[in-house]
Amino acid sequence: MELFSKKNKETFLTPLGLNNPVSVQVLGICSALAVTSKLEPALVMGLSVTIIVALANVVISLLRKTIPNRIRIIVQLVVVATLVTIVSQVLKAFAYDVSVQLSVYVGLIITNCILMGRLEAFAMQNGPWESFLDGVGSGLGYALILVIVGFFRELLGSGTLLNFRVIPECAYEYGYLNNGLMVLPPMALIIMACIIWYQRSKNPDLQEKNN
Amino acid sequence: MNTNSNSYTIIYASVMVIIVAFVLAFISSSLKDRQDTNVRLDKMKQVLSSLNVSADELRDPEQAYQKYVQADQIIDMNGNVVSERGGFDIESKKIDNQLPLYVCNVNGETKYIAPLYGAGLWGPIWGYVSFNSDKKTVYGTYFSHEGETPGLGAEITTEKFQSQFAGKLLQENGKVKLSVVKNGKVQDSACEVDGISGGTITSKGVDAMLQNCLGKYANFFNK
Amino acid sequence: MEYLSLFVKSIFVDNMIFAYFLGMCSYLAVSKNVKTALGLGAAVTFVLLVTVPVNYLLENYVLKANALYETFQIEALENVDLSFLSFILFIAVIAGIVQIVEMAVEKFSPSLYASLGIFLPLIAVNCAIMGASLFMQQRHFEGIGEAVTYAFGSGIGWLIAIVALAAIREKLSYSNVPAPLRGLGITFITVGLMAMAFMCFSGLTI
Repeated sequence: MELFSKKNKETFLTPLGLNNPVSVQVLGICSALAVTSKLEPALVMGLSVTIIVALANVVISLLRKTIPNRIRIIVQLVVVATLVTIVSQVLKAFAYDVSVQLSVYVGLIITNCILMGRLEAFAMQNGPWESFLDGVGSGLGYALILVIVGFFRELLGSGTLLNFRVIPECAYEYGYLNNGLMVLPPMALIIMACIIWYQRSKNPDLQEKNN
Repeated sequence: MNTNSNSYTIIYASVMVIIVAFVLAFISSSLKDRQDTNVRLDKMKQVLSSLNVSADELRDPEQAYQKYVQADQIIDMNGNVVSERGGFDIESKKIDNQLPLYVCNVNGETKYIAPLYGAGLWGPIWGYVSFNSDKKTVYGTYFSHEGETPGLGAEITTEKFQSQFAGKLLQENGKVKLSVVKNGKVQDSACEVDGISGGTITSKGVDAMLQNCLGKYANFFNK
Repeated sequence: MEYLSLFVKSIFVDNMIFAYFLGMCSYLAVSKNVKTALGLGAAVTFVLLVTVPVNYLLENYVLKANALYETFQIEALENVDLSFLSFILFIAVIAGIVQIVEMAVEKFSPSLYASLGIFLPLIAVNCAIMGASLFMQQRHFEGIGEAVTYAFGSGIGWLIAIVALAAIREKLSYSNVPAPLRGLGITFITVGLMAMAFMCFSGLTI
């Protein structure tokens, strides 16, 4: 088996664009919007989810032939919850500031639909290596959306990026104002809509027929 | 092997639970010390931030704490010192009638620090306020929050907001004078601090927190 | 009075959908018509009402540092802190209760089961349910009464949000939306505008 066969490459790359978990598969929207008012938590969240999806995919894929069908969902939830607990413990021990910022949203990774969606749709049928690639791909696709939304919200809402001032002070003296609405929850949804709008006008195949 | 039989399912579930419990217990106990240290160091950092300690020194909170803080006293509602040590271990949100008071030494001058805890718009807010040995003027403040709106309420954590407090009148005859008013409505600049525009409720929360928490120190102020 | 304030606050100010985006996935997927939206909303409210108090008891009498000692008064349990197990136990409680509710509904009210049936298993992975339990843990409610009130309020808030969106989407199906925005895009914009309207409740106190 080739490690980077054409099919594997596809598994890895499509979630980044045409089959993006957030904007096309409509998975994991909850946390995608809630942690994006600044770029930094968005990055950390994207990274944590990527690690957890990849690991959970591998674990479930290794176990897939032994899991009793009836308690399938519970087994998946337990594996995910264990991984999330480990990540949150590690964050608390080694990156305390970040763990404070993400607070309850780390716990919410458990119910992030991307995890259950990928476990159910991919890892239950495929080998560990493909599942790993799929997990990393989906995680990065998710992180990509988070970073885009976080980028615009922080830039327009606070005039900073990763807490560095980007819009110069003199702009404020000439009457430039931060758009306070950007940091509030509603604008996250509107920016999401704009990303979807852009993506679908580039790829008409993705457009829906009905409202 | 039949993976759908009852006995297999039950055995599978039990084995899984045991493995998971073991792994989690192991990880949690091996990281526990580090986490507790982190929580302690973070608290030290917050206490010291109210003393306007520079960011450089805060990189090693333990050492800076030893350098500046002389005692973490516990005082009672009458303003009498109950214990010289132990104030640090009282959680801010559980303060009842045992009040923590940090006695510090900055360049030979005595400063006091009192903890604050209250509610903002979305969740708890907390902080520390340091004042001079005359117990009348504010030396510095530190505020933090759990989930205030970034860019609006969350601005209480910025230098810009916190630096406004230095030099203001803290209290007079035990009555807390220091207050935060609606943005742009400062009348008495000796004791009033400008609130955050767009963050009115969080600003009000800070104001209420100052009144409530510092109010308990009234007898200490009058001593 | 405090309960009333908490209740109103959890419906309007801390709305699960508009303030925290929790339970978004099923919110977007199942809001195409009012009737099913009502069914899912009711199911979410019910499950919240059961799981949050159960998790509250679990948190306060078993998981919290020193809680086991205070519950059972056994010396050996002093200073035992099981809070690292909270994620896994919360999700287990939720999955278990959803399963039980599903079986009970199937047995006692087949007609309700027929209309709700497909949504019930989905609820186990609804972030709003897990989110409510985690917020409950974070906010340190005093007494189970507050936990119940909070759970009920959040559920009603979620119900209102999904029914309102479904009603708008029913009307929206007659309008001419630009092709790339059809479906998901316009729904996001609608929810964004609704969230903006809900912002005016922030700071509401009774």
